[in-house]
Amino acid sequence: MSEVDTRADRPGGISYRRQEESIELEHIAHPEHEELLTLNLGPHHPATHGVLRLLTTLEGEVVRDIKPIIGYVHTGIEKTAEDKAYWKAIPVIERMDYLAYYFNAMAFCGAVETLLDLDVPPRGQYLRIAHLELNRIASHLLWLAAGGLDLGAISVFWYAWRDRDRVLDLFEMSSGQRMHTRYFQVGGVAEDIPTGWEAKVREFLADLPSRLEQYENLIDSNEIVLQRLRGTGIVDERTLLGLGVTGPLLRASGNPWDLRKAAPYSSYDHFDFKIPVGTVGDNYDRYRVRMAEIRESMKIVEQALDGMPEGAYISGNRKYALPPRHELATSMEALIHHFKLVTEGFRVPPGEAYYPIESPRGELACFVRADGSSKPARVHMRDPSFVNLQALKPMVEDEYIADLIATLAMLDPILGGIDR
Amino acid sequence: MPDATGLELIAQELRDAHGDSAVLETTYFRDKATVQVAPSLVRETLGHLKEHGFHFLASVHGVDYYPEEPRLGVHYELLDMTEVDRITVKLRVSTDAPVVLSVTPQWPTADHQEREVYDMFGVVFEEHPDLRRILMPEDYEGYPQRRDFPIGGEPVLFTHNEPTNPGYWQ
Repeated sequence: MSEVDTRADRPGGISYRRQEESIELEHIAHPEHEELLTLNLGPHHPATHGVLRLLTTLEGEVVRDIKPIIGYVHTGIEKTAEDKAYWKAIPVIERMDYLAYYFNAMAFCGAVETLLDLDVPPRGQYLRIAHLELNRIASHLLWLAAGGLDLGAISVFWYAWRDRDRVLDLFEMSSGQRMHTRYFQVGGVAEDIPTGWEAKVREFLADLPSRLEQYENLIDSNEIVLQRLRGTGIVDERTLLGLGVTGPLLRASGNPWDLRKAAPYSSYDHFDFKIPVGTVGDNYDRYRVRMAEIRESMKIVEQALDGMPEGAYISGNRKYALPPRHELATSMEALIHHFKLVTEGFRVPPGEAYYPIESPRGELACFVRADGSSKPARVHMRDPSFVNLQALKPMVEDEYIADLIATLAMLDPILGGIDR
Repeated sequence: MPDATGLELIAQELRDAHGDSAVLETTYFRDKATVQVAPSLVRETLGHLKEHGFHFLASVHGVDYYPEEPRLGVHYELLDMTEVDRITVKLRVSTDAPVVLSVTPQWPTADHQEREVYDMFGVVFEEHPDLRRILMPEDYEGYPQRRDFPIGGEPVLFTHNEPTNPGYWQ
């Protein structure tokens, strides 16, 4: 190799190395283990899945402390809901966790139905379950896509996105909207499924297993992804329970807690499915658990289609559910009910209800307090992302910052749900 | 769920341990048990229920009971994962002295949730390790989820690119 210090040849120049030697280094030589760096990650960062800001304290490349700062997309949905009649609050509540809109609506409608003591007809319950589980598939596919992107596996992003789009097509067919469909109503669902929807769903369900296999082949034979996922972000079950973590994160640590099995709502007890659990509780287990959950959800959707009961899709109680459109032209009663519901809405007797369901991210619960008027006096969403985010610190402490990105991807926080 | 009888048994145990004034009210509504206790006894009550198997604190939420007094309520949703039971512990504090002892040291999950109740309702949780606003900006004034806080009228924070009136018609 040629000489680095070419300046030595110049007249009057001294060697760069020599120059360095003349500097007294003692005063800037610090013990390696005392240097801490505060690094601000986000709020606008592609790896934070939205506007999440993480204040990290680094020692070299190792994370020593982390503080999540949230609230950047707080839109006061809970406050807005207090100013709307019960059934008009559904669209804003759906927009909280924007990847699990059916679940938000389900939690809210369930809480209101509890307060009203209103029964949902079997067909309505099955239609709800079919949509909830399709939504879970879509949400997990988006997690897979975005998580792959964070790990540098960009091809997974395009493939998973393609399949998620097919689920959205199904939602568009059944309810007219791709996202925030406002399909769930108090007492049932807004409309029956159109002709041909079932065949489309079955077609999708037939395609998905081979697609999932492709994704798993892409990921499971990728040494880089495996090395980044295996053995990183391990938190034991006890700590997770103390932090209130539920959903795939808890199940990855070996605890089979799932509200669909433990406390079945909306006739989940009619269905035959399994709860996938992990063993170690690392990022790889979280990935495997979610992939297995997609397959279980597919089984539930299929069973819901097979066993879809005939009958009404929404409660026949006209005090709470809109009358069918064709009755408005012939029945004065129906016209009055329609008018009352659309203008004032229905009144809910005073009381408080807490309705928990299993969302793609854990226990999603809606607390509704009714004061006897036609507007809720308080709506509070116990959002799993908000609670699970607290587990980020024990997951990434004393690990490398690259693992922080992988852990955040496998944590799957949705900022719309966190900030509400 | 603990049924209505089970709820009364729990309430009686609390009364035996902490005096007759410990339990203010028990309600059993739509298969859901709620026990309202004196605000000073929050840690004791939750600790007692933890011994009964309610190991999981699912949620903490604030409620404003305006115009009733005391106005503010804090709810703790407890869950027993082995028996699949739920029970709600409810506290009521006035807006003049909205102080409750924090349960974060015993239940780490309450950290974010108590901060949210503080942020939205102004309930101060004593001995909370890091009681700051969580969703609203740090310099925000008022507690937006209180019932007497108006909807709307919020000043827009970033207005530098808001279109101004060009005044062509003047």
